[in-house]
Amino acid sequence: MWLLSGGAAVTGHGQLGAPRSRRLQPERSAPGSRIPIMVLKVFFPSCCCSADSGLLIGRWIPEQNSAVILAVVHFPFIPFQVKQYLSEVQKVSQVEIVVLGTWCNNKQEKEESLGKFLDDLGTIFSHEPWLQLSKEKGSKFWTCHTLSRQAGTPQEDQIILIYYDQRKAMLSQLHPPEMSLDNQPGVIPAPDASKLAAVFDTVARSEVLFLTDRYDDGPLKLSHWQSEGVEASIIVELAKQASVPVCMLLTLLLSLVSGLCRSRIFKFWPLSFIWSKLSTCEQVGYRLEHLKFVFSNQKAENQNQLMRKANIFVSLLLDVALGIMLLSWLYRKNRIGQLADALIPVADHVAQELQDLLQWLMGVPAGLKMNRALDQVLGRFFLYHIHLWISYIHLLSPFIEMILWYVGLSACLGLTVVLSILSDIIALLTFHIYCFYVYGARLYCLKIYGLSSLWRLFRGKKWNVLRQRVDSCSYDLDQLFIGTLLFTILLFLLPTTALYYLVFTLLRLLVVIVQGLIHFLVDLIDSLPLYSIGLRLCRSYRLAAGVKFRVLEQEAGRPLRLLMQINPLSYGSVVQTYRLPTYSCYPKDSWGSLCKKLFFGELIYPWKQKGDKQD
Amino acid sequence: MEERRSISDIYGGRLALQRRSYSPSCREFCLGCPRLSLRSLTAATCAVWLVAYGLFALCQNSMVLSTAIFITLLGLLGYLHFVKIDQETLLIIGSLGIQMTSSYASGKESTTFIEMGKVKDVVINEAIYMQKVIYYLCILLKDPVEPQRVSQVVPVFQSAKPRLDCLIEVYRSCQEILAHQAVTSTSP
Repeated sequence: MWLLSGGAAVTGHGQLGAPRSRRLQPERSAPGSRIPIMVLKVFFPSCCCSADSGLLIGRWIPEQNSAVILAVVHFPFIPFQVKQYLSEVQKVSQVEIVVLGTWCNNKQEKEESLGKFLDDLGTIFSHEPWLQLSKEKGSKFWTCHTLSRQAGTPQEDQIILIYYDQRKAMLSQLHPPEMSLDNQPGVIPAPDASKLAAVFDTVARSEVLFLTDRYDDGPLKLSHWQSEGVEASIIVELAKQASVPVCMLLTLLLSLVSGLCRSRIFKFWPLSFIWSKLSTCEQVGYRLEHLKFVFSNQKAENQNQLMRKANIFVSLLLDVALGIMLLSWLYRKNRIGQLADALIPVADHVAQELQDLLQWLMGVPAGLKMNRALDQVLGRFFLYHIHLWISYIHLLSPFIEMILWYVGLSACLGLTVVLSILSDIIALLTFHIYCFYVYGARLYCLKIYGLSSLWRLFRGKKWNVLRQRVDSCSYDLDQLFIGTLLFTILLFLLPTTALYYLVFTLLRLLVVIVQGLIHFLVDLIDSLPLYSIGLRLCRSYRLAAGVKFRVLEQEAGRPLRLLMQINPLSYGSVVQTYRLPTYSCYPKDSWGSLCKKLFFGELIYPWKQKGDKQD
Repeated sequence: MEERRSISDIYGGRLALQRRSYSPSCREFCLGCPRLSLRSLTAATCAVWLVAYGLFALCQNSMVLSTAIFITLLGLLGYLHFVKIDQETLLIIGSLGIQMTSSYASGKESTTFIEMGKVKDVVINEAIYMQKVIYYLCILLKDPVEPQRVSQVVPVFQSAKPRLDCLIEVYRSCQEILAHQAVTSTSP
């Protein structure tokens, strides 16, 4: 790839490149030598191309020297009414809408009187400059003139006609969202930052203009984009009416449930500790918050919040739908019973395998010669632990089917809840592996720390706790003797413990990886912005990354014609922008620090919940 | 108004440069990259199939062969859709902006439009690429906070990699339009 591809780091190169390139520069014409030609941009809605002759109304943006045409007013009209209507629209939409010029669509033979009449209109609605667009019959190319009253001489301006789709421009949302400063008085507007965004903003804010119907018998006849009519509007209205009480009821229920969860019974030590460890509780709490957010009565303030609400709603729906599918699969043909019957043998089998592994470790594993006494002690200790575990499982076995049956019902809360429960069940069933890992790690850690401090003793140094550094220290002979003895013992016992630690760490990592996969799936369902992705898929203009232009057919002497299209956001940036935050944050350890932790026998956790500091 | 020319890229391959001038302030440069050659396609397919047959002879499993078919098809689709760029277009519209379009062999188009207000300058840069020093055209973007500084460098014609003579030509017309723009923006 390019070594100097686009990026912030290349700034230096850019500056380095700039002076070099100056020698290639053509002689720039001096400011006075050429007649300054103003480039006038006319944004014309493509739906008005076949409109009858009339007045062009829209907004003039002086910073970019461009006119955004919003609608065409047809003949006949009374100028006073037009002015009154425009001031009304301006009051509602906060956009400076004025009469920009005239539009002449010659369907029949060219009428001389109309041209004269259109010229005269410019004196009634004074605007600088006064646009005159006209379209001849059967011709794709338009003519465009500007008249300026003040200068007197008709200035030859260069005009670019840009067609835009009014509907798409109104509905689309530019990314990243920028605040346009154009309408703030007193502030010098930033035409650079929000150039085209200003056009989009103008169209979006003059929505009130588009609400008037074509068949409306008002004083004015307007031509602009209008929706084809809302389908099934009665149902939509009923749903809107019904949604308010439903939301209120649900909010009440949710606040009741969350109040119950927050009651004091659950705050005592063992319970709160258990809650914080179970991922099911986290997931349920997370979903509860989501539900509260979706059904809250507050109106979404901006587009972002609205999208977030919709994303959460769709993710909830999908979650519950998947959960119910799982439910219907589980409760058919007594699958729960089969699962429960299979679970105990699996646990037994795992325990058996572990016992075999321990027996192997207690012998001569892989030809290594271990310290026999320590080996036997450790092995017996772990075997006894497994024995205990198996007896617990067998004690539990009559109830497992019942437990599973009730736990399976929670699938109606969503697939993520079931997956979290599965993760918790795995954690509970492999509790012995976790215990082994902790014992092994503690022993190993003890030895490593003992060895490192005794190694300092050899070098005549010690760790100063107060100053957090290694100081030199003179030891007695006795101290040195004891230290040497301990060091030797620890060193020779280290391989045995290290082997146990290694084996159990590998087992633990296996369990952690399985749980991590389950959590990844849960996070995926929780955080994927499905509504935004669907919007991007079906209505790609709604999420716009910017615009793109297409040059239409040209004819010499006529204005340049461009078609403005909306450039949709890429899927990657859709996901990045609208990703929902999840509750579990992964540890920020790099692989290096993970390996270091493993080497020193510190306990590793696959993930830490937020605000969980006691580990 | 429209002219076609054959130029060479940095490896000496042929490139087709198409230059259209719609109006004094609107120009388009189209660089057509070489087509997918039948030779390299055949070589890649043959390599995959030889490996597949080798594995098949070893393990006698016909799954290997069906996997090879899928790998070849998916690889070709992915290559045409995401990697192989057929044409790169640079459209400069005075007082509006610069648009870069790259069309992939499958017909997919990716477009970037940079508004004129964000463009600081268009320059030719040098870069070390593999074992040689090459020239490339790039657009310098203004920093929104400090207009004097460059916030980003956007390279143009990334996949075609034309030689310096072609770059100079594109550069000259870019500068003409930019200079025109500078005159009109300062004059009122």
